[in-house]
Amino acid sequence: MSTTTTRDLASPAPAKASPARPRRGLRGSPTFNFWLFCGPFLIGLAIFVYAPILWSIWLSFFEARFTVTPDKFVGFENYTYMLTNDDFVGSLVTFTVFAAFIVPTTWALSLGLALLVNRLRFMRAFFRSVFFLPTACSYVAAALIWKMSIFSGVRFGLMNTILAWFGIDNIAWLVDPNPPWYWVVIVSARLWLQSGFYMILFLAALQNIPGELYEAAAIDGAKPGWQTFRHITLPQLRATSTAVILLLLIAAYQAFDEFFNLLSKTTWGRPPLVELYYKALGESQDYGSGSAGAVILTVLICAVTLLQGKFLGFGRGEESK
Amino acid sequence: MTTTTPEVSKSAPPAPKPRRDRRGGVMSSTGLYIATGTAAFFFLVPFYLLVRNALSTDTEITGENWKFFPTDVQWSNVKELFTDETVPFGQSLWNSAVVATLHTAGVLLVCSLAGYALARIPYRHANKVFYAVLGTLMVPTAVTFVPSFVLVSSLGWVDTYRGLIIPGLFSGFTCFLFRQYFLGFPKELEEAARVDGLGYWGAYWRIVVPNSLNFFAAMATITFINGWNSFLWPLVIGQDPGSWTVQVALSNYMTNQTVVFHLIFMATAFSILPLVFVFLFLQRWLVQGIAQTGIKG
Repeated sequence: MSTTTTRDLASPAPAKASPARPRRGLRGSPTFNFWLFCGPFLIGLAIFVYAPILWSIWLSFFEARFTVTPDKFVGFENYTYMLTNDDFVGSLVTFTVFAAFIVPTTWALSLGLALLVNRLRFMRAFFRSVFFLPTACSYVAAALIWKMSIFSGVRFGLMNTILAWFGIDNIAWLVDPNPPWYWVVIVSARLWLQSGFYMILFLAALQNIPGELYEAAAIDGAKPGWQTFRHITLPQLRATSTAVILLLLIAAYQAFDEFFNLLSKTTWGRPPLVELYYKALGESQDYGSGSAGAVILTVLICAVTLLQGKFLGFGRGEESK
Repeated sequence: MTTTTPEVSKSAPPAPKPRRDRRGGVMSSTGLYIATGTAAFFFLVPFYLLVRNALSTDTEITGENWKFFPTDVQWSNVKELFTDETVPFGQSLWNSAVVATLHTAGVLLVCSLAGYALARIPYRHANKVFYAVLGTLMVPTAVTFVPSFVLVSSLGWVDTYRGLIIPGLFSGFTCFLFRQYFLGFPKELEEAARVDGLGYWGAYWRIVVPNSLNFFAAMATITFINGWNSFLWPLVIGQDPGSWTVQVALSNYMTNQTVVFHLIFMATAFSILPLVFVFLFLQRWLVQGIAQTGIKG
């Protein structure tokens, strides 16, 4: 702690300037300082977050192909086009299926890992690191390992090699949507990548649960195991669980990297962002429809976030227990 | 504390004398370690495959018979990767290093200052500003990539470091995390500094930052990892191979028709290596930082 040194450095000059604390003038005023501190961030936010959003809303009402300064106003045409477009609606369905898979499985796996690691007496740091390490990998790297090694559709893929030991034929994991084996690939890759991160959140929460609660429960006759987990641990993790589910949902909405790399050049299995990428930056460069899609998606995300907050009480944390 | 993962229920043996500790576990210690070990095994398999493939020849990778280890470890793959003319991999590594480093420095500077002001500096409209920042969290940055691309390309920043770095600096989420952290920072320290005549600016740099290095280190690590691993934005901005980041380069090899397996895997290994080092050295802060980001209950 550097308090003493700082004090020595700082005291001589200002001490004679004003012994009374509230310093006058611009430099001392909170308002000036507020803008000094926040200024760069807010200017950047205005230019690189708010301006694009507004531009996007504006573009969504125009026919804008290959241009960002369109002049043909089309009202809600882009919206009706996107909402009746099979590919875009299909991508929303893809997202829903994906979220329905990935959110509960990641929640369960990361909580399970946290419970395991939390009980370890030896090598706790080692196992924690092992589960956490995939966080260092990018979705691109994982997609590559998954696509070209584990779930390679040919003979030398790991899964197909293992299946061959049991006399099962090769499965074309990623090139055929019937049956939709690609979900196995996509969900397992994301589970591997993100569970460790959420495990850390659960670990922190587990360590914050006061031990007395378990003692009290034991005195009251609660059986260790499922009963204590159900009545002590789970309720105590409520706030963390809610935050984790919310973060997982948002992360699922942002899904792009692994879908783009694992299912390159397929027309099926596209989540919304991949669909928008091809729509806006692909051959047609259709910024108008692309922007309309982005606006629809944003509204959906906000609605889901707010609804979830209402039902699960995100942000109320402590009181809501 | 039984758990919901399948590994646990499968491998928990019917222990004759289950040890029940204070926390109420029924699983024996052995069962616990078997379960954790099994899970750890599955988490490590992809890393094993990566290293195995990176150090094999293509014939061994694609061979009929599964090889657990390369018969002849091909260290020459490293040299081949960096001398291969058709794949500008060294350049993309360098791009990623520059982008991730500057991204991290910029985000920490800009977002920590704003977060501090929002947490500490009394200002009439601070709440309104805070809500304006919070509002951006609801709009995932990925959704705005179309208009952001339009904006950045009209600035002429496509294929430049500026275009790769600057739009990503203004992270509402990081600002929010800094604010949460500074709310918990002991006020007394700053008050002492203020009594001694330091302004907000001086107190921030001389008192607050030096006493928050742990949190800064944690946020730096997280931001660096995100910067290094980000894909969508660099893919959109990096149109010329010379401005590809590692992730974009990897993606391009993958979708390319002529696949040279050992080079792709070696490249992937090199894309992960820097972060593995970051992990090994900074893990303590990383874990602490994530645990105290204010997401916990």
